[in-house]
Amino acid sequence: MKVSLFITCLCDTITPDVGKDTVQLLERFGCEVDFPVGQTCCGQPAYNSGYKSESAKAMKQMIKAFEPSEFVVGPSGSCVQMIKEYPKVLKDEPEWRERAGRLAEKTYELTQFLVDVLKIENVGSTFKGTATYHPSCHMTRLLGVKDAPRILLENVEGLNLIDLPLKEDCCGFGGTFAVKNSAISGEMVQEKAEHIGETKADYLIGGDMGCLMNMGGRLRRNKQEVKVLHIAQVLNSQ
Amino acid sequence: MSIKIGSKAYAERIQDGIDNSFMRKAVSSAQGRFRTGRLKAAEELGDWEDWRTLGEEIRSHTMENLDYYLHQLSEEVEKRGGTVFFAETAEEANAYVQEIAKKKQAKKVVKSKSMVTEEIGLNEALAESGCEVVESDLGEWILQLDEDPPSHIVTPALHKNKEQIRETFVKKKGYTKSDDPVELAAFAREQLRQDFLSADIGVTGCNFAVAESGAVTLVTNEGNARMVTSLPDTQISVMGMERIVPTWEDLEVVVSLLTRAAVGQKLTSYITALTGTRLEDEVDGPEDFHLVIVDNGRSKILGTEFQSALHCIRCAACINACPVYRHVGGHSYGSIYPGPIGAVLTPLLDGYEDHKELPYASSLCAACTEACPVKIPLHEHLIMHREIIVERERMNAKSEEIMMKGFAKWASTPAAYKMSTKMARTALKPWTKDEHIENGPGPLKGWTDQRDFPAPPKKSFREWYKHREERRNG
Repeated sequence: MKVSLFITCLCDTITPDVGKDTVQLLERFGCEVDFPVGQTCCGQPAYNSGYKSESAKAMKQMIKAFEPSEFVVGPSGSCVQMIKEYPKVLKDEPEWRERAGRLAEKTYELTQFLVDVLKIENVGSTFKGTATYHPSCHMTRLLGVKDAPRILLENVEGLNLIDLPLKEDCCGFGGTFAVKNSAISGEMVQEKAEHIGETKADYLIGGDMGCLMNMGGRLRRNKQEVKVLHIAQVLNSQ
Repeated sequence: MSIKIGSKAYAERIQDGIDNSFMRKAVSSAQGRFRTGRLKAAEELGDWEDWRTLGEEIRSHTMENLDYYLHQLSEEVEKRGGTVFFAETAEEANAYVQEIAKKKQAKKVVKSKSMVTEEIGLNEALAESGCEVVESDLGEWILQLDEDPPSHIVTPALHKNKEQIRETFVKKKGYTKSDDPVELAAFAREQLRQDFLSADIGVTGCNFAVAESGAVTLVTNEGNARMVTSLPDTQISVMGMERIVPTWEDLEVVVSLLTRAAVGQKLTSYITALTGTRLEDEVDGPEDFHLVIVDNGRSKILGTEFQSALHCIRCAACINACPVYRHVGGHSYGSIYPGPIGAVLTPLLDGYEDHKELPYASSLCAACTEACPVKIPLHEHLIMHREIIVERERMNAKSEEIMMKGFAKWASTPAAYKMSTKMARTALKPWTKDEHIENGPGPLKGWTDQRDFPAPPKKSFREWYKHREERRNG
């Protein structure tokens, strides 16, 4: 199966290791992976800030970059969800709307792709440790990917998964919200950090780099010794 | 009062909210209770999503045919001896009520909780006409004594605890007993009983008007609405023009959704339905009944992308689910309509000038949208507001606009994008220590005020991938 990697801008720049694990994971299951170099950012920072025409420019670039792909898979619920919104955002430009629709249809979040398309529930990985999982908002509420990460993690050998109190609450990232409404966002991530602390887990796992950077940054500021991992890193661990 | 409360700037209001640990504790624990109740009630129903779909259909059908149902409602009310007044503005609504008070030579008005009368500032208008206005909902009564605006649309005094309430009673009403809620409630009841008996006019809100029978229905837990509507000879109900359902069957659905979504109750203690004036063989009820239907900006929302905001049944499920509300409280919104629905509704009713920050006071986590029993896509409305603020109102900061134009250029030019991912580490080097940035420049500052930022590693993903391909291809 031919899969094009959608390595989000944060992943590309800040956490390339997550991208590497994504590549290896997909290859492990026989996917022929490619990385279309024309891809940039999904446009979400501009779209969510109200800059629709600016975000549309990013969207069109992404549509062009992935046009020849069969499947597009990315390690981020939020960025994949943004691609699902493209047809709506470009609704007034019929040709682009149609091209956006085709991209949206073939784009998957990594765990969703593994479980729903490749029909894999056990990736055969081993990870020794106690961890808690944060289900990020866009991945669960908007993209509707709730079960796939949980199923995959539960089948990781050696992983002791502890439930995060009030897990469904937002960590306070929200893209530009974290900067624009810094004070409120700080209170939200502090509450999340306290809940993570209550679990006494050694690891925090998530499926979105933005949320993980936010929580990881606050945990570090608080001097809480919790290691933050993207789910791809755990699933690719041997 | 009007929609806007207080005169402090947004940033100051937010900081006040964050600093008020007393309020935050009260809000957080109430949110916890309401949330558990809502989820439990939804689970009990088993088919919550079907109920939500039904609720949405009823509300959307009503809004699509609002003119028809408003006409039917007014005909039915008048058939039963009532008088209907359509007020386009807050001023018109207040003037109409003032005129009735003058005719009746009213000295005292007793009220049952109504957000729309807060919105139009009816209490102040009546006070100007020389009427004493007494709020009879316990929460509203406390706030009235304390001269404090509501901070929640269902439990207006959510931000106060029993110690504070006791203090208010001691100071304003000579209360001498403990802060036991039973004693506090008994005292309020005793005080209010006098007001119910001596009031000349009763004013109520309206949860839903039933178009087919001209009935005004009120949902309360305290029974105060029954006192307000059965004791004074004159009754005035004030409703927002969207608070209407076509039939009794529809009422059953929306009330079931309302009470479950609000606090997890199957039903409230009282659902009062009032139809017209007192008949000859009846012992109570008003001799004179007026229904004031308030537009105040609502009809401008009809036919726009925001129409579904008018579907709101004022259950506050979105407020109870919102993590932003939990940390800043209702007063931080600067509007009598707080939380996600407030952030959507307030700029629609009162313009962007005083409320342009509200649509941004959300992380777009969509907990509100998920909680809404009539499926209003609240987080999408917030994004639409942002678009309007940027593209139509042009109230956005110039610096932000320059940044976003830069973003568009960057994200649509792969070569520039590639270069920046390569350069990011070098560019941030002066601020990097121990692979992290603790005190970032420019836009990073907002981030690092609250948390550390990881420094970009030496190689971006695309560089690694390129090298890998080169190695593979020999």
